[in-house]
Amino acid sequence: MIQTIAFYIFAVLVIASAVMVITARNPVHSVLWLILAFFNAAGLMVLVGAEFIAMLLVIVYVGAVAVLFLFVVMMLDIDVAALRAGFVKNFPLGIVIALILLAELVLGLSAYRVGAIELGTAAAGEAPAMVASNTGAIGGLLYTRYLFLFEAAGIILLVAMIGAIVLTHRPPKSKRGHQDIGKQVRRNPDEATVMKQPTVGEGVEL
Amino acid sequence: MTEFFQSLGMSYEWAWGVATIAGILLIALPLMLSVAMIIYADRKIWAAINLRRGPNVVGPFGLLQSFADGLKVMLQETIIPSAANKGIFILAPIVTFTVALAAWAVVPFSATAVLANINVGLLYILAISSLSVYGIVMAGWASNSKYPFFSAMRAAAQMISYEVSIGFILVCVILYAGTFNLNEIVLAQKGHGFGIVNGYFFNLLLFPMWVMFFISSLAETQRVPFDLTEAESELVAGYQTEYSSMSFALFWLGEYANILLMCVLNALLFFGGWLPPIDWAPLYYVPGIIWLLLKAFFFFFMFSWVMATVPRYRYDQLMRLGWKVFLPISLLFVVLISGWLMATGHYGAAA
Repeated sequence: MIQTIAFYIFAVLVIASAVMVITARNPVHSVLWLILAFFNAAGLMVLVGAEFIAMLLVIVYVGAVAVLFLFVVMMLDIDVAALRAGFVKNFPLGIVIALILLAELVLGLSAYRVGAIELGTAAAGEAPAMVASNTGAIGGLLYTRYLFLFEAAGIILLVAMIGAIVLTHRPPKSKRGHQDIGKQVRRNPDEATVMKQPTVGEGVEL
Repeated sequence: MTEFFQSLGMSYEWAWGVATIAGILLIALPLMLSVAMIIYADRKIWAAINLRRGPNVVGPFGLLQSFADGLKVMLQETIIPSAANKGIFILAPIVTFTVALAAWAVVPFSATAVLANINVGLLYILAISSLSVYGIVMAGWASNSKYPFFSAMRAAAQMISYEVSIGFILVCVILYAGTFNLNEIVLAQKGHGFGIVNGYFFNLLLFPMWVMFFISSLAETQRVPFDLTEAESELVAGYQTEYSSMSFALFWLGEYANILLMCVLNALLFFGGWLPPIDWAPLYYVPGIIWLLLKAFFFFFMFSWVMATVPRYRYDQLMRLGWKVFLPISLLFVVLISGWLMATGHYGAAA
């Protein structure tokens, strides 16, 4: 009963806010609706008992990804009218993409019903029996059965991170504008200030 | 509590609903009261350190000052700037306040007094605290004014930066406790130091983590010396410049509720939460909630102390501290602690 009510609230809110994401006129409103959709999707995951995934969804998508979205969208001065001008022209392309996505969804769901896909090592580490919390269960699966896929994902992320740093890193060209915090903190009043007692009518010579 | 209402002859659904609402009120109303008192305590401590008297007119010792302020704010007119984005402008303080209250759902006040004793309690707190940035960003953007917008940008960058190192610090605690459940984390600290001291702070590997957690919680709640979002000299009053009356009060209450939450988290994660400081039988006669509140108030005193003594950071120093100092050190300690736990066979897998 309580679960049913909660499910319908979350489900209706997910769909409604997803619709609002694409129909909202203001891009900032779109991002805020998207955040609401993420949040309610997390609620749905709590309902099916995947509380660990739900919390990660909120922490990663709502707490980090969507904040950066919001950052970028707020900084941009987006002209909505200009964006909507190409609507009719791009409509057929949109329909094609939508059809492809629909086909993929149908394929994916029907494949899922046939049976699970065997990924990772072949029976080298059999999945441990389900433990009480699903945090432990996910950890157990990631570090036994899907160890290689998990580590590969980690390496890909590391490479992406290093790539981003390499792309944006610029060595300081001149000493001007470079700050050494340690040097700033070590400074004391004796070497930073000079006391002068100028007489009236004369300037200060440094 | 659900059983109690069921014994009054309600069906399970109704009993659950009534019990939950009663639990929420039991936490939220005392919380609002303690926020009012903690604002008074903050001003008194701050005044005492500055050799001033602080609020001393309304009520005995000025105890009712916060309530007088609240009444004043409630009677004021709510002004919405004509250029503001109305819906989001009104929504922003509500989001801030709601999020500040929502985190309290998983805080254990004693062994049994917790509204939602969920397995992923600590992750829930991390998730909720990552939401609190939205209230500020929405307020800054919707005000349609320069300084609130700058402040919102600063707040977003600051909170995301410090959440990263807070995440790693929490991982250290979780590695030791072996659970995300806050109640079990508190229980895991029982007799941690030589079987006598209750608390992770007594651990050479975890004590530096606590120091970093304390500083990060100052940054996460935008307290001095990291209150760059409200730097008066540069940004008027920051993201709340355009707010007045109750909408301003909601920001204010939310901010202090967050500060209290961080104080309680310091107590729960490193100082044994509702356990007495020493594992000695007579001390257990004092109810757990008293110990928790005493510890939380001690941390609040430290928050006020820092506020009264430390000058504000520069923004680049703040970012440097978060990314170049705290992040590498906390990452190093995750490695050290997991290595230590593996080497000592904490998980039954001595290498």
